[in-house]
Amino acid sequence: MKPPPFTYHRARDVAGAADLVAELGEDAKFLAGGQSLIPMMNFRLARPEHLIDIGGLRELSFVDAGPEALRVGSLTTHRTVETADLGTGFDVVREAMRWIGHLPIRTRGTVGGSLAHADATAEWCLLAVLLDAEIVVAGAGGRRRTIAAGDAFLGFYTTLLADDELIVEVVFGRPAPHAAVTEFAERKGDFAVVSAAVDLDVGSGAVAGGRVALGGVGPAVVRVPEAERVLQAGGRACRDLFEACADAAAQAVDPPADGDAGTEYRRALVRNLVIRACEEAVAR
Amino acid sequence: MTEPDKVLLTLQVNGTSHEVAVEARRTLADTLRHDLELTGTHVACEHGVCGACTVLVDGDPARSCLMFAPQAEGSDVRTVESLAGDDGTMSDLQCAFSANHGLQCGFCTPGFLMLAEGFLAEHPDADREEIREVVSSNLCRCTGYQTIVDSIQDCAERRRDAKETSA
Repeated sequence: MKPPPFTYHRARDVAGAADLVAELGEDAKFLAGGQSLIPMMNFRLARPEHLIDIGGLRELSFVDAGPEALRVGSLTTHRTVETADLGTGFDVVREAMRWIGHLPIRTRGTVGGSLAHADATAEWCLLAVLLDAEIVVAGAGGRRRTIAAGDAFLGFYTTLLADDELIVEVVFGRPAPHAAVTEFAERKGDFAVVSAAVDLDVGSGAVAGGRVALGGVGPAVVRVPEAERVLQAGGRACRDLFEACADAAAQAVDPPADGDAGTEYRRALVRNLVIRACEEAVAR
Repeated sequence: MTEPDKVLLTLQVNGTSHEVAVEARRTLADTLRHDLELTGTHVACEHGVCGACTVLVDGDPARSCLMFAPQAEGSDVRTVESLAGDDGTMSDLQCAFSANHGLQCGFCTPGFLMLAEGFLAEHPDADREEIREVVSSNLCRCTGYQTIVDSIQDCAERRRDAKETSA
């Protein structure tokens, strides 16, 4: 269908964008790459009265790969990240990009747009939660604050962001040399039915801890402490350990049943995908 | 009912500058077709799934149904009309689609052509598997895709051969 009418505003800078959205109120939305918002508008599931196009804010499009941290500007496209040099220990971020839609979606879709949209299977939400990223947001009146990714995603398409706030960058504060993301979808490029990500602490063939995050098992991306405890107990980096971790993850979650998959099917996917992610992570 | 507000835009399409006054909600696809009369860009699903409306935006393949016209201002847009020469001579990519039966009804073809045009420009060394991966973004209900992959691979190989010969 055709999208409903709206008033178009073009932001000149971050401060102006935040002030304008505060002035226009809750019927105003930011437009970044539009790869989630525009389909929703074309379906008329979203009917914002005002769109504030932040696409021209070039200062928000950057990849800064420092020795200790990776900073990615909110308007950086998935495609830019996919082809960028992210520095040592952040291969998982680049490799997660191939799971996002298709090439023509990745050339337009943005990091910040994906985080703000907060789909329960979004790869950027999964990465941010897995790697304890920090999300830097700007608000009206020049206000800035940092949100820990673990606190950011509250439920279905719901984040901790206030109505007048926009994401300016996401900061990955530590390298993750043994991390991996994997997914299952019905068709190539579809939203994942379930996605899994692990970040293992590996030294001389043994696992001494790690993090496990899942998408598609609830209203938002989640960490799975039960599975992480298995990794914390540690052991040789082998199939047995990964299966124990995956079993713990599968038992811990209570995934929804919907048109894509039933609860038990999703649970089985969790198990298989956690094993696969562990094997890919340890092979790095 | 009042006339909806229109925005005045300057769009750079196929190397030519166009001034248009459109509603902000007008997608780039509809602007190309209805306002610039460039009807080679096709529209099918209108929610970013089928890829029929794929054009190049600053060289990158993009869904023109998932862009509002104002978002294209300041960018260089290329549509399927840019492929053939002024005299109508088809480009090597179009010839490869013809030679390899990469189309049947032809509705999806402009999208596949622009997808391949953008992809091969960035990845001239693409192998068959990489081409298959990229082509998965667009839908074709006639060919079964094999001949589309053949067409793009054939074009890539011919370009590589030509480069080698001239080197």
